[in-house]
Amino acid sequence: MKNLKTTAITFLFCLCPAAAMAADTYVLRGATVHPVSGPDIANGVVVISDGKIADVGAKAAIPKGAKIVELKGLHVYPGMIDSATQIGLIETGSIRESNDSSENRDYVPEVRAIAAVNPASEYIPVGRAAGITAVITAPQGGVVSGQAALMHLDGWTWEEMAIRQSAAMMLQFPSIGGGRGRGGFGGGMFPGAQRTPFAEQRRQYEQRIKAIHDYFDAARRYEKAKALGGPAFQVDPQYEAMLPVLAGKLPLAVRASDARSIKDAIAFCDQEKVKMILIGTGEAYKVAADLKAKNIPVICGPTLALPEEEDDPYDQQNTIPGELVKAGVKIAFGTFGNQFERNLPFQAANAVSYGLPYEEALKAVTLNAAEIWGVGDQLGSIEKGKIADLIITDGDPLEARTNIKQAFINGKPASLETKHTRLYKQYMERP
Amino acid sequence: MRSIAIALLAAALPALAAPPVTAIVGGTVITITKGTFKGTVILKDGKIAEIGENVSIPAGAEKVDATGMYVMPGIIDPHSHIAAEATNEGSISVASMVDINDVINPEDIAIYRALAGGVTTIVTLHGSADTIGGQCATIKMRWGKDAEGLKVQGAPPILKFALGENVKRAGSSQQRINIPGLSMPQAPLRYPGTRMGVEDVLRQSFLKAKAYQAEWKEYNDQVKAGQHPIPPRRDLQLEPLVAVLEGRMLVHTHAYRQDEILMFLKVGDEFGFRTACLIHCLEGYKVAKEIAAHKAGVTTFSDWWDYKIEARDAIPYNAAIMLKKGVDVSLHSDDAQLMRHLNQEAAKIIRYGGISENEALSLITIAPARQIGLDKRIGSLEVGKDADVVIYDKHPLSNYAKVQKVFIDGIKYFDRDTDISGRAAKEARKKALIQKEQEMMRRAAPPTRRPA
Repeated sequence: MKNLKTTAITFLFCLCPAAAMAADTYVLRGATVHPVSGPDIANGVVVISDGKIADVGAKAAIPKGAKIVELKGLHVYPGMIDSATQIGLIETGSIRESNDSSENRDYVPEVRAIAAVNPASEYIPVGRAAGITAVITAPQGGVVSGQAALMHLDGWTWEEMAIRQSAAMMLQFPSIGGGRGRGGFGGGMFPGAQRTPFAEQRRQYEQRIKAIHDYFDAARRYEKAKALGGPAFQVDPQYEAMLPVLAGKLPLAVRASDARSIKDAIAFCDQEKVKMILIGTGEAYKVAADLKAKNIPVICGPTLALPEEEDDPYDQQNTIPGELVKAGVKIAFGTFGNQFERNLPFQAANAVSYGLPYEEALKAVTLNAAEIWGVGDQLGSIEKGKIADLIITDGDPLEARTNIKQAFINGKPASLETKHTRLYKQYMERP
Repeated sequence: MRSIAIALLAAALPALAAPPVTAIVGGTVITITKGTFKGTVILKDGKIAEIGENVSIPAGAEKVDATGMYVMPGIIDPHSHIAAEATNEGSISVASMVDINDVINPEDIAIYRALAGGVTTIVTLHGSADTIGGQCATIKMRWGKDAEGLKVQGAPPILKFALGENVKRAGSSQQRINIPGLSMPQAPLRYPGTRMGVEDVLRQSFLKAKAYQAEWKEYNDQVKAGQHPIPPRRDLQLEPLVAVLEGRMLVHTHAYRQDEILMFLKVGDEFGFRTACLIHCLEGYKVAKEIAAHKAGVTTFSDWWDYKIEARDAIPYNAAIMLKKGVDVSLHSDDAQLMRHLNQEAAKIIRYGGISENEALSLITIAPARQIGLDKRIGSLEVGKDADVVIYDKHPLSNYAKVQKVFIDGIKYFDRDTDISGRAAKEARKKALIQKEQEMMRRAAPPTRRPA
C-alpha cells in the first residue's frame, strides 16, 4: 500500500512541469472515482481533455498521446467548493492595508469582489492544498455590500481565476438590536451606552427594511427609464448593477442570523421577486419550513462553533445542517473566514456525526455549492463535459487524517506547494 | 448562590457521588503511555485501580459497556481563559501579584461544553497584556462544584509571562484600542512599547527579585544566628518572581516570534530559571534546537495563522517539526470553542507532518500534563493515576468521533445520552421560569398612571 502511494505521488510530481502546456490530455485510472452525482466507480477511469472531463466510467477509451496517471489505492473526488470566504480580499486580518472586504457606503451593488482579488494571496495555494478548488469570495458590510465572485483557486490573474465574476449580490439584512450571533457584539454593550427600548429598536429595524425596499423601487424606476430610453436617460452604475438581481438572474445572498430577520428576509425577497440564498445558519433551523417552502438554499456556517445562546444544547451548531436537510432545505458549507478555509471538510464531517447523511455532507462541499451558485451544469461533480476540478486523496476527504495527494484545476495539475510547505522544508533542513 | 442558573444551565447535573467501583468494559483502551488494547479499566476511589486486557471485575462494580468504543485519558488544555471573571490586569506591565484563582467562575457554561468535548483538566490563565501577567489556576471540569471544588489541589502554581504585540499595545499610541463614541481620558503610554523594552522589563524585574530574595536570605540567616533583625517589607509583586527563581512556580510565557522566544530563554538562562511552557510559539519551529536545549515545553495551535503580523509565518507543521527536533509539544485552545475538539486538532498534526496516532494523542494528554507539572497524576491511563477518562464512539482522531461519557476522579460528569434525554425537561423548565419571571414583572409593575 505504502509503495503504491509513493509511486502515485512520484508519478504526479513528474507531471507538474507539464502544467504549462495547454490542452493536455490526462487519463486517471485505477482509483475509486466518487462522482458525487452518481454511484462510486471502483477502479474507474477519468479522462481529462482541454480542461474538461472528457469521459468517466469503469472503462473509457484512452485518447492517443494522453498522459496516464496510475492511482491504484487512491480516490478521485470533485474539488471542494467553499461557499463563504474573503479570499484575495483579506490577507492579514488585523492589517487595514491588506483588507479590501468592506466598502464605507451602505449601498454599493456596483462594487465587485473579483476585481480586488489578489491572485498572489497565500490563502489560494493553502486552500488548494486542502482540496478546495473553488471558492465564493464576497464583500461584506453596509446594506447592499457588492458582488460576490465564484473563482478557481488557481490562475495568473483574477480574470483567469473567475468562474462567475458575479455570482451573487450580497445583502446584509437588518436585525433588531443588531449583532446577535456571529460577527456582532453578541448583545453586549459598551460601558455607559444607553439601552434603546425594544419598541424603538423595532421601529428602527422596520425602517431599515423599508429603506431597502425603497432602494429596490428606485432601481426598478431606473429599469423603466432605461427601457423608455430618451435623451434624459443616463447610465448609473449602481442601479445598472441591480438589474440582473431584479430580473432574477443574479441571486441575492442574504446575511441574516436570527429567526425574525430570516423570516423578514424571506418575505422581502418574495415581495421583491428576487432569488434568495441565505448566508449563515444562525437560527435558520427555526424557520426551516419557510426556507423549504420558498426553496431557499442555506450556506451553513461553521459547525465547529459555539451555540448561539448560553442555554442552547452544546452540540447545536453540529445538528443544524442535518435538521435543515431533513426539512428538505438544500445546503452548502462555508468557512466564513480565510484563516480556517482549509477546515471546510472538517466542518462538514462535524455535521455528519450529528445527523447529516454522509452523501449530503459531501454534496454540500461540492455539487450543492455549484448548483446554488448557478454552475451546477459546469462544476461540482465528476461528469462528462464538466470543468475538470478534481482532487486525488488517500481516503475520505472529510477526515483530517486523509492526505490530499494532487489537485486538477481547469484540467491542469495544480501545485500543492504553499508558503507553509516551503517553510516546513526549509526549517526541517536547518542544521 | 445562583442556584436557579446552575440548575438550568446544567444539561444534566451529575450525581456528584462516585459509585464505589466503576468498570469500563469492552472498549479499545488507549493508555497513551502503556499501549493500546481491547480491555477493561477499573475506577476506584477516584483513581485508576486496574487496567488491562484480562482484568477481573470486582463484585458490585458498576459496569459501563464501551463495546466498539474508545477509552482514553481526559484531555488536558494547558491554555484557556474560561471560568474566569477577569483576564488581564492591564494597568501595569508587571502584574505578578494578581491571581486567577481569586476570580474563578464555576458557573461558566464553557466548563460544561469543554467537558462535553472530552476535556477534564485545564489551566485558566491570566491574559497576555502584560510582560509579567499574573498567577494562573489549574482546574478540573467538575461541573456543578463551586470555585474551590474545581481547583486541582496540589497543582504547581504557574506564572504567566507575555511577549510581543499584545504587550506592546499599551505602549503605543497607534495600537492602543480606542472605542469609537467613547471619550476616555488618555492614560500615559505604558512601558514597554517595543520588544526591546520587553526584554528590559524582564531583566529589571528579575534583578529586583534577586535583590529581594537576598534581603530575605540575610534576614533568615540572622534569625537563624539568634539575632532579632527587622524583617524586610513583603512585596507581593516580587514574591512570585522569587518563587520562579527558586523553582517553586512554573513559567508559562506567551510568545510568537523566534527572536522573542530566544530572548526569553536567554533571560531564563541568565537568572537560572527554566521555561516550563512557551505558549502559542508559532515560530517555535525556527528555533526548535534552542528550545530543546533549554528543555522548555511548547504548547501551540494546530493550524492558526496570519491573524496578525506576528502570526505571519505560522505554519501547521510547527508541532511536527518541533517534535521531530526533540521538543516536548502539546496543543492548546486559548478559545472556548476550539477546546471542545482538541482531539480533531491533534488529528491535523498527522496530516501536517506525519506523526503517529499515539504521538498525536500525546499532544493533548501526557505532554500538557508535563507542562503543568501534573504528569504523575494525569495525562495517561495508568494504575494509581486520577480516574479522568473519556469514552468516544469512534477513534478519537476521527472527525466523526463524539464524546459519549466523561469521568473525573471516577465520577461521571458527562453522559451524552443523559444530556439528550434531559433536553425536553430542561426546555420545559426554562419556559416555566420565563413565565414565572414575566408574572413577577407584571405584578411588580407600577400601576398605570392616569393623565393629570
